[in-house]
Amino acid sequence: MAAIKYLAGKEPHPNEHRMIFRNVDREGWDPSIDTYLGEGGYEQLKKAVAMEPQAITDEVKKAGVRGRGGAGFPAGVKWGFIPPNNTKPVYLICNADESEPGTFKDRYIIHQDPHQLIEGMAIACFAVGAKLAYIYIREEFPEGAAILEKAIAEAHEKGFLGKGICGSDFDLEIYVHRGAGAYICGEETGLIESLEGKRPYPRIKPPYFPAAMGLYLCPTIVNNVETLCHVKHILDMGGEEYAKLGTPNNTGTRILCVSGDVQKPGYFEVQVGKVTLGEVINDMCGGLKPGRKIQAVIPGGSSAKVLRGDETFKIKKGGEDVELKLEDIPMDFDTLAACGSMAGSGGVIVIDDSRSISWVLNNINAFYAHESCGQCTPCREGSLWMKKITDRVVAGKAAPSDIDTLDAVARNIDGRTICAFGEACSWPTESFIQKFRDELVASTNPDLDEAIVNPETELAAAHLAR
Amino acid sequence: MSDEGKPAVEMVDVQIDGEWHQFPKGTRMIEACRQVGKEVPHYCYHPKLTSPGNCRMCLVEMGMPPRPRPGEDPPEKDENGHLPISWIPRPVIACANTVAPNMGIRTDSDLTHACRQGVMELLLINHPLDCPICDQAGECRLQEFSVEHGNGGSRFREQKVKKPKNVDIGPRIRLDDERCIMCSRCIRFTDEVADDPVLGFTDRGSHTVLTVHPGQQLANNYSLNTVDICPVGALTSNDFRFQMRVWFLKEDKSICTSCGRGCNITIGSREDEVYRLTPRENNEVNSAWMCDHGRLNFHYLNSEMRLTDPLVRGAEGHETVAWGDAIQAAADALGRCEANEIALIASGRLTNEELFMARRLASVMKTEFVDIVPRSGEADDYLLAADRNPNTNGAKLVLGLDEPGQALKDIREGMAQGRIKALVVLQENLIDDAGFTAEELGKLDFILHTYPLANPTAETADVVLPGAAFSEKRGSMINLTGRLQRLNRATDGPGQTREVWEIVRDLIQALGGGNGIYLIEDVFKQMAGEIAEFEGLTLSKIGDLGVPLLETDEKIPLLERERERVAKGIIVG
Repeated sequence: MAAIKYLAGKEPHPNEHRMIFRNVDREGWDPSIDTYLGEGGYEQLKKAVAMEPQAITDEVKKAGVRGRGGAGFPAGVKWGFIPPNNTKPVYLICNADESEPGTFKDRYIIHQDPHQLIEGMAIACFAVGAKLAYIYIREEFPEGAAILEKAIAEAHEKGFLGKGICGSDFDLEIYVHRGAGAYICGEETGLIESLEGKRPYPRIKPPYFPAAMGLYLCPTIVNNVETLCHVKHILDMGGEEYAKLGTPNNTGTRILCVSGDVQKPGYFEVQVGKVTLGEVINDMCGGLKPGRKIQAVIPGGSSAKVLRGDETFKIKKGGEDVELKLEDIPMDFDTLAACGSMAGSGGVIVIDDSRSISWVLNNINAFYAHESCGQCTPCREGSLWMKKITDRVVAGKAAPSDIDTLDAVARNIDGRTICAFGEACSWPTESFIQKFRDELVASTNPDLDEAIVNPETELAAAHLAR
Repeated sequence: MSDEGKPAVEMVDVQIDGEWHQFPKGTRMIEACRQVGKEVPHYCYHPKLTSPGNCRMCLVEMGMPPRPRPGEDPPEKDENGHLPISWIPRPVIACANTVAPNMGIRTDSDLTHACRQGVMELLLINHPLDCPICDQAGECRLQEFSVEHGNGGSRFREQKVKKPKNVDIGPRIRLDDERCIMCSRCIRFTDEVADDPVLGFTDRGSHTVLTVHPGQQLANNYSLNTVDICPVGALTSNDFRFQMRVWFLKEDKSICTSCGRGCNITIGSREDEVYRLTPRENNEVNSAWMCDHGRLNFHYLNSEMRLTDPLVRGAEGHETVAWGDAIQAAADALGRCEANEIALIASGRLTNEELFMARRLASVMKTEFVDIVPRSGEADDYLLAADRNPNTNGAKLVLGLDEPGQALKDIREGMAQGRIKALVVLQENLIDDAGFTAEELGKLDFILHTYPLANPTAETADVVLPGAAFSEKRGSMINLTGRLQRLNRATDGPGQTREVWEIVRDLIQALGGGNGIYLIEDVFKQMAGEIAEFEGLTLSKIGDLGVPLLETDEKIPLLERERERVAKGIIVG
């Protein structure tokens, strides 16, 4: 095969391993099915429908691919959770609600290579026995939705969707569902509620584990866009071969979305764990802005715990104690978890020393206060409280004791909510306070301890004094 | 109830606060704790509704036996056959999770207390804390749990979220969104029980507001139940709000008398004035609900139109007389009548005891003309029955009526032909409620009438006696499903009001027969001696929840649906 040419200025970095993003920014590439078929498109689907469904799941298990949406749960294991004695219809949902701040990978797949996703979904549906699948796409991606609709129509026309796919007795319909414009719609049970036409209030687990009681209380598999694309490549390479990509238990490639204070922010598809955070920032992204130092990095989307630029991490690796500097951290699930954060959705946010930490934290808190669905008490009340406290920190109207209150509020949310949004909104605050307490306290004013700081309490106090 | 034929329920061992207990498999953790006296505080959980787990107040520490890793030996059981428990660091909600074999629950641990304290603090930061002007004060779960689990002070220094207040969401209910804690009980009730899903949340996060759907009203006949289940003061009853502080209310268990369902109620009264009726749980009758029609049908009790004294017609019209004189006047007039010259029109609103005394009176007066006034309306598919008399079954049984109302035609014919010369009308307004005319009543020689209120029939009567209303008497009634239930006296009627059984007892005595009846218990005793169905029963044996007495094929639509949901495990019930 001739070498792939990419658009000028959009060439992948040599350390990248383009698989999912093979066709992104490619010269002469368009999202039509003809272009896709010209490069061996849908061959894996043809292969799949001649296989035993269980054999496909086994390959995915062997490949060890972990979910790319944020939680990093092994996809093959997830598929295996459908109850064996199930008699209800099975649904597959592609989570294209890409809404984690700092994450911008799925939109490129959808915009530039939609058939890769459709093929991956079709194979996954065949494997789990789903005849109906949905792509739940973020409301804010209208163009992506149109592109997917067109791609689905094309695939239908060519017999890759609909009845008797590729001459087999496998039937599948895929529908595009535009999201409801909320972060919580990306939480899988919230997504399911939204798809059912309700407010996207996440469900309690137990009992509502989607693989057993998902969409319309039927077994439902929810996978991220990138995860589903990997299925195609796993089938192409074979699970064992795929597992050689990346590092053990952190297999395959993943797309890192780098934003913030680097020279060249963007997306980079790398083998999981084969590049370090330092390589990502300094090589792929062209380093920091002139004269700047790394103050902090949020390695996996805004809800991941922050890492300090000058921190060292003492972790166990292969049974040995190792000490890592921030730049030495390999970008894989297990190491980032061992360092006290997470690989999450792959959104790497770089914060240099020009930023005020309280401003960064306030920015994140504002997002979560705005996006909390409001269903359960701790997150509903706590997210806005945290935002209001950091509002004051930023405005210089907070006392040092407010930082303690802030920490206590976060800990009253963490682990006590219906869904993972509780952790998503409390981890930033907890980790920023843990690692940047001095910086945060420096933004406060000890004279304001116990002071009345808002008009409402000022009024009340004036009334009492009368 | 017999458990025969039911499959044996598997029992599981559960440790709660260090002690082992057994519960049927499928029991919710919160119910298991409650059963052993460990009340777990909660807001959103209601056994009759689905469990969304949103308030997080019922978080408890939970543990299960450790799972051995591959190659590891399974944990060993102790001498009582229990495995060790490995406690999960993350708390779990007790409301929606069910017990499992060898589960451990801690309702009293540091983690559990920290969770409760945290949730209380968060619930209160945006709450207006306007207890002094809030109707819920005194029966508010926020107040109660704040005392038990709260901080005492607040660390909140920000401005509270502003939300709509005094929102008109329906004809009988008012909403204060700032007090709402978003437990969604009202939303679930209107959706799941009343099938009228007009309530919902809009906006997001801390700005979430409960509201009624555009163009809709919360107006269904069960709307006021949402006020009962609202754990805070967000939903208040237009009828009750600002009328009385709840801690001043005396509460008496009774039944609703607005239809044949006999919903179990609590009468809230103070100094002989009734302020509200609220449903009392009875899973054989009304679950935990009652209809707005019945709930609000009590204001006549406090009406200025109440009769307060015995009246006898004199030269100048009705004159107030002493009870003894009124009874004697009635006995004199009735005593002059021959057999079957008197008709007795009783009421389906009388208790069994009152009906029994009426039956005695009929026999003393030697009349075969005995009936009640039937009363019907439209049944809904929930609780409200078409039969709007609360004790039709009692009237049938005690008076021996086959079809209530059938004899009314004969009585009116007899009146028209002059064969019937006198009427005894117990607690019925014949002109307004039974189609009698003042003219035909005016032809009679004598009418004795008891009733709580002044009314057109009383105008035509010779002796008018103030008869007690439902909240003012003790006694029993039989509802449409054949259940014998008890009324308890919550208030004393105004002035010289007396219960009908007392009036009739005195009248029988004045007509020449001593009867040895001093207490309502004596009436019941004699009734139990004469009517087989009551044999072996006493008023006290009826208990607060009643006893099944008659076989009927009456089904309660709301209960049928509830039982289905219980069987499916959707609700606890």
